This record gives sequence, structure tokens and C-alpha cells, in this order.
Amino acid sequence: MIKFIIKRLLALIPVIIGVTFMVYFIMSLAPGDPALLLLGDDATPEQIAALREEMGLDQPFIIQYGRYMVNLFKGDLGTSYKTKNAVSAEVFSRFPNTLILAGFSTLISIILALPLGVFAAVKQNSLFDTISMVIALLGVSIPIFWFGLLLILLFALKLGWFPVSGFNDGIKSLLLPGLALAFQHMAAIARTTRSSMLETIRQDYIRTVRAKGLPENKVITRHALKNALIPTITVIGLQIGGMMGGSVLTESVFAWPGIGRLMINSIQGRDTPMVLGCILMFSITFSIINLIVDIVYGFVDPRIKAQYK
Amino acid sequence: MAKKNTDIKKSKGLFAEAMVRLRRNKGAMIGLGIFLVIVLIALLSPVFFDYETDVIKQDYSQVKLAPCSDHVFGTDEFGRDILARVCWGSRASLAIAAIVTVIALTIGAVLGSLAGYYGGKVDMVIMRIMDIFMAIPGMLLAICIVAALGPGTEKLCIALTISSIPSFSRIVRGAVLTVRNSEYVRAATAIGSKDMHIIFSHVLPNGLAPIIVQTTLRFATIILSIAGLSFIGLGIQAPQPEWGSMLANARSFIRDYSYMCAFPGLAIMITILSLNLLGDGLRDALDPRLK
Repeated sequence: MIKFIIKRLLALIPVIIGVTFMVYFIMSLAPGDPALLLLGDDATPEQIAALREEMGLDQPFIIQYGRYMVNLFKGDLGTSYKTKNAVSAEVFSRFPNTLILAGFSTLISIILALPLGVFAAVKQNSLFDTISMVIALLGVSIPIFWFGLLLILLFALKLGWFPVSGFNDGIKSLLLPGLALAFQHMAAIARTTRSSMLETIRQDYIRTVRAKGLPENKVITRHALKNALIPTITVIGLQIGGMMGGSVLTESVFAWPGIGRLMINSIQGRDTPMVLGCILMFSITFSIINLIVDIVYGFVDPRIKAQYK
Repeated sequence: MAKKNTDIKKSKGLFAEAMVRLRRNKGAMIGLGIFLVIVLIALLSPVFFDYETDVIKQDYSQVKLAPCSDHVFGTDEFGRDILARVCWGSRASLAIAAIVTVIALTIGAVLGSLAGYYGGKVDMVIMRIMDIFMAIPGMLLAICIVAALGPGTEKLCIALTISSIPSFSRIVRGAVLTVRNSEYVRAATAIGSKDMHIIFSHVLPNGLAPIIVQTTLRFATIILSIAGLSFIGLGIQAPQPEWGSMLANARSFIRDYSYMCAFPGLAIMITILSLNLLGDGLRDALDPRLK
């Protein structure tokens, strides 16, 4: 297993280098001279030329990228054009808020989706199955930002139970954005769990344990669920990517002070280093989460573990 | 002998049988029906609503009217008819999603076919590049590209196309891999058919089922992305009507004029719902094992 984890960790290095290269390349296409943007319109041509040289903007692209990477490993993501502060300081100060939101949403979606999917499969074609799958279908079809607005309208503006936006009321502030972000993912996970569970409970070995007289709840929890979980874990992993994109929209709807909102504000303010820092942070986190999902895979599926013995 | 041959009942073919299964699937038929109505609305919008006078012209005597007989969906903060804008909004969403899907599917199909058919180094180079693209969540990649290029319809198309190519190429590669070593492909190679002929005449048509299903579902994702990007101000720009940007404007008035938020959101949800129903039905019809 350790060999498997080390191998996956090593595979992460080229991915991160590739991702940073691509994001850096795309962002380098943004119009405007960074030196001019940093110094403002009053700067003299000499000042601009000096700063360009200092920032390495007169160097070829690949050198600039190399320099950025060296700084990145030191934790330096450049300077914001807008605030003139270090990008890393702002990104790192907001990153925990995004993690809290995404983590909370992942937790809610898994806690709700697994029983929903399992019960729907076990009680296939029952009223519970129909209702839960209609909810799941609505869940995968509803745009996160619209669902967020509906939650605000009902629970914050009409009933006054939760704050409309912001971060200052603890769990109360987290519940609506968390639910908005979780609903779509919950629906997708529940649908996959149901279909994978349906396939599993029709397998011969399940028929065998039933024939041996094992109570149905033990058949489901001990024998069926673990095998049915493999596609579910895949979907959870895939959903985390969607969760990152979704958190940008959710943070925007609920004025949540995470890096998603910081990124949108920075795009509107043409603050390229900040945008680059935010996207890199999202991408690296996504790669690390994918790695964790792969490792969990290894624990759940002995076939994967066996490949690395 | 000849008579005997005519007695053999001709098979309908896998695709025709799948279509029979699809027609029997109520959900898929409802989804297809709703989607066709939305397409019809998009096509006929110019007949019912004039773009200049009904869709973008501001009328301050008609500001924020609740739904009534003159304005069935009410009016927005500039006095524009929400029904007219929702209908015209469908044109933008469907047209962009169609363009993006066709271009991304074509490029993805070429890359995926080459990777799957040739394997080896070609496969490795293409798929590693796709892996890097896929290491960034699709929506964030689109945001990154729009952030660099600037907002606007063409740039939105470019961003969504680039972010959609990797998933299409993966699906096509997977489909090609499943049929690459089939006997009929080997037979075609043996009789000296050219690679491109084999790929387009034998390999792709036989691996079409998962590609059709994923294209339907991807089309829905692209519509959601268009709305999402426009919602955060990076997609279609005012005054052109688009569901996401309509929602972004309406959110400031949600407390007192919630109907302004209701209709564009419903339009997005119904469109995505219809495509999901159709996609689920297609998957059941084309791959009966999953039923």
C-alpha cells in the first residue's frame, strides 16, 4: 500500500507542473503590461522599463515561468496589481473559508446521498424510490446559483432563520451556502449509489449469503455496500471538481469570503497575479483531493491494492 | 436456396432496437418532448418578439411590473418584458451550447480516435495533455480562459470548447478501445483498408452508444456553464438576454420582486431536466445492461 501511495504521490509532480504551466500560459495571454498596471498611469517609461526588468518581463516566457515556479515553491505567488499586497497572503487567508464550505458540503452530500441511494435500491420501484429519484433528478438539473437564491429567498428573507450572506454567524452562516453547494452533488452521488447498489444486490454472492439465511440488513451493510461503494467513490471524486467550480458560484451568491469570490473580484479588477494564484490553489487542491480519492480506492478495492504488493 | 434465404427474419440492427427501447421509455420521451418545445421556442422567438423593441429596449414606464396579462412573466428593472427575454435567452444558450458541442466533439473525436486506435506513444502524448486539462475542474478552466481573453460571446465559446474537448476525447478513446480489437476491425485491416477509413467507417459507428449518451449530458453541462459564467459576469454581456445574466441582475431585487428570479431559473432547470431525462433514457436504451 505504501508503494501505491508513493507511486501516486510521484505521479502528482508532473500533473502539478503541467497544470501550473498551462494556467500560467493562459493567464499570460491576458492583455495589459503588468509593470504598467502595478505602477499606475503616472509612471515614467524609465520606471516601467526598470520594473519590467526587475520582474523579468523582458525575459522569454519559459524563463518567466521557471522564475514563477521557483517563487511558487518558496510560497511566493507574486504581488497583487490592486492591493499591492502579496498574493499568497490573501489567497492563504481566504483558502480555509473555501475549504470549510467545500468540506461541509461534501460531508452533507455524502451523509444524505448514501442512505438515499441505498434505500432507493433496496426498495426498488417503491414510493420512496420514486420520490428520492425525482428529488435526485431535480438536484442534478437545478443550477447551484439559482438554488442558492431560492434558499436565500425562503430561509433568509421570508422566514429570517439564517443570514442572507456573509460569514459571521458560525454554523448558521454556513448552512445555506453549504446546502446550496451540496444539493447537486448529493443528487449525483445518490443516483450512482442506487444504480451500483442495484447491480450489486443482483450478484450471485449476494444470493448466496441470502440463501445462508443472513438477515437482510447484514446482507446490505456487510456484503453489498462495500462493493457498491466503488463507483460511488469515483463519483465523489469527480464531484469534487464540480464542487470547486460550484464553490465559485456559491461564494458569489452568498458573499462568502473564500478564494472563489476573491478570484471573481480579481477578474473584474483585472488583477492577473491574484487570479493566477486562486486558480492554481484550486487546481493543486483538486489534484491532491484526486490523490486522496485514489488512495481511498486502494483501501476499498483489494484488486487495486493487490497491483502494488 | 434463394427462397430459403428470404425466409430468415432480418434483424433490425442494434441501433434500431435501441430506438424502440428509447420510444418505450416514458421519461426519455417526456425529456425529448420538452427539449423539442424549447428548441421550437428558440427558433420562433423572433416571430413573436422583436429584438429591438421587445427584448432590449428600455421602457421606464413599465419598470418591475408583476406578471399580468400584458406581461405574462412581468417586467425587469428596465421595463423589459421577461417572457420575451427568457425566450430570446434560449436562443443564446442553445446556439452556443450547440456550437461548442459540435466543435469540441469533432476535435475530441479526432484526438480520442487517434489515441485509442494507434495506442502507444500517440495515445500517451494525447492523453497526458488531456490529463493536464482535466486536472483543472472544467468550470475553473473556462473561468481561467475567459479571465485571460476577456468576456464576450466568442470568448465564451472558445473557453467552453477548450474545457469540453478533454472529456469528449476521453469518451471517444474509451469507445474506440472497446472495438479496436474486434474481428471486423482486424478483417478491415487485413483487406488493406486505410486507417482513417477504418476509424470513421467501422470503429466510430460501433462505439457510438456511449458517445451519444455523453454528448447529451455534456450539452446540459455546457448550458449550465454558460448560465454560470454569465451569472458571474464572465459570459454573455448586457443587453443581450441570457438566463444566467438575467438571474444576476434580478438577484438585487429578490426580496420584493422574486418573480424576476423565478422565470430565468426555471428556464435553465427545465432545459437541463429535459436533457438529463433524455440522456438517462438514451443510456438505458443503448446499454440495456444498466437497466
